[in-house]
Amino acid sequence: MVARTLINVPAKAKRGEVIAIKSLISHIMENGFRHDNVGKPIPRDIITSMVCTYNGEEIFSTTLYPAIAANPFITFYTVATETGTIAFKWTGDNGFVIDASAKITVE
Amino acid sequence: MPDRFSAISATRRTFMAGAGAMLVVRPAQATPASMAAAIRQVAGDAAIKPGKIKLSIPPLVENGNAVAITVTVESPMTAKDYVKSIHVFTEKNPQSNVISTKLGPRAGKAEISTRIRLADTQQVVAICELSDGTFWSDKVDVILTLSACLEDPI
Amino acid sequence: MSVAAIPRRLAVSAILAGALAASFLAASLLAAHAEIPLNERRSVYEDMSADNKAMQDDDTANPAMLSVLDGEALWQAKAGSAQKSCADCHGDAKDKMKGVAAHYPAFDAAAGRPVNLEQRINLCRESHQNATPFSFESKELLALTAYLGLQSRGEPIAPPDDPRLKPFIEQGRALYDQRQGQLNLSCGQCHDDNRGKSLAGNKVPQAHPTGYPIYRLEWQGVGSLQRRLRNCMIGMRAEPYPYGATEHVNMELYLMWRARGMKLETPAVRP
Repeated sequence: MVARTLINVPAKAKRGEVIAIKSLISHIMENGFRHDNVGKPIPRDIITSMVCTYNGEEIFSTTLYPAIAANPFITFYTVATETGTIAFKWTGDNGFVIDASAKITVE
Repeated sequence: MPDRFSAISATRRTFMAGAGAMLVVRPAQATPASMAAAIRQVAGDAAIKPGKIKLSIPPLVENGNAVAITVTVESPMTAKDYVKSIHVFTEKNPQSNVISTKLGPRAGKAEISTRIRLADTQQVVAICELSDGTFWSDKVDVILTLSACLEDPI
Repeated sequence: MSVAAIPRRLAVSAILAGALAASFLAASLLAAHAEIPLNERRSVYEDMSADNKAMQDDDTANPAMLSVLDGEALWQAKAGSAQKSCADCHGDAKDKMKGVAAHYPAFDAAAGRPVNLEQRINLCRESHQNATPFSFESKELLALTAYLGLQSRGEPIAPPDDPRLKPFIEQGRALYDQRQGQLNLSCGQCHDDNRGKSLAGNKVPQAHPTGYPIYRLEWQGVGSLQRRLRNCMIGMRAEPYPYGATEHVNMELYLMWRARGMKLETPAVRP
């Protein structure tokens, strides 16, 4: 099954309002420091970055390390400037790439 | 002292660049010194002063697998005066870096929240870089309790 | 045989043996635990940290909601050679499945015994969708039980008032009261007799299954009540029952019966 995402962007906001954006994505975030039950190291498999754009312009970007808990949950803020699309792109180990987006109406 | 730190960070930078996509095998437990080195990699030689940034993390944690943290920096977040980046580090996790976030005036509010893993009772440090190039830090000591019943990793 | 004919040593041993037997009998009678009254029943939720409570309470932050979303998709998906989705027979889960999870395990006439929600889903898959059953603890089965559980969130736990369930509730209770494993402990000795007391820095919970399947921080994922019961047994150094074992279903039935009246919190977050 494809990685599931859950984004929370307010559907409506006033121009200039600072809004909270929450993002949740399913991912094991295998930290690379564990061993299986016969002692073999389990290779790292994590999301390494999340980038967020607002009508194409980057508003937030973050690098994630193995210390981020499984199913990464990140809350950040942005100024509601105009109506449009807030897009998320997660990338990670083993060619992991997931895109998601949400629409916002700004009055 | 500053010379030795920059020498260490320069060697680390070259090493890290060489490691490329491969995972660098680290000792099972990092030390305050490796955390300091990780911080230096981000801040270079800049002085890091306590203040302006606040790391919220529960002082007593039930389970180290998902610890909620919030990092807030007092800043007007205007085009002239804003927070450029926020970074979090741990003292005793196998790897010191936790998260590195780029911000800008469009953020409106310099705050991020996430859930992190803590391997042991330890200190967690958050630093930020402001648009004027200054670095600020906050640190919190966290105590971890362990589950009462151990289980197999099935 | 007159007492005078028995050597004094043997007589004393016989008396001691009798006293020991009597105390064992008394202990086994004591092992049947008194029910926790409804107003004293307490979910682990009450004792969680503020942050963990917040994780459970916020549907936009609860990692189990990712599993619920998967379940919602599976509910709509055509499956098996019959190419039917759950929705084709059952309709909109939000409407039609409200309260269902709070009534499981329930008696299944064909099986002649109670089945839990996971087994019910698989029975539907096999008999109505002509699809292969999902394996226990599979992502799909957890997603569907989480999705269905959510439709009962806030409802009181209410095992059916079905006389056919009685002998199985008793079997579940017997397992709950039975000492087991290298630690030779029964579930009740901790979760009834020592509930609320401190063990290795944690409060001993009453162990009510109020939120399954749960997102357990220890697992960093979603898991079923059976997974949790297996972990308990491993913790007691007892051989855990395999997934799907009738012992598990009997235990689940007893635990749900023991928790009746408490609100379902699915999908819960637990440390």
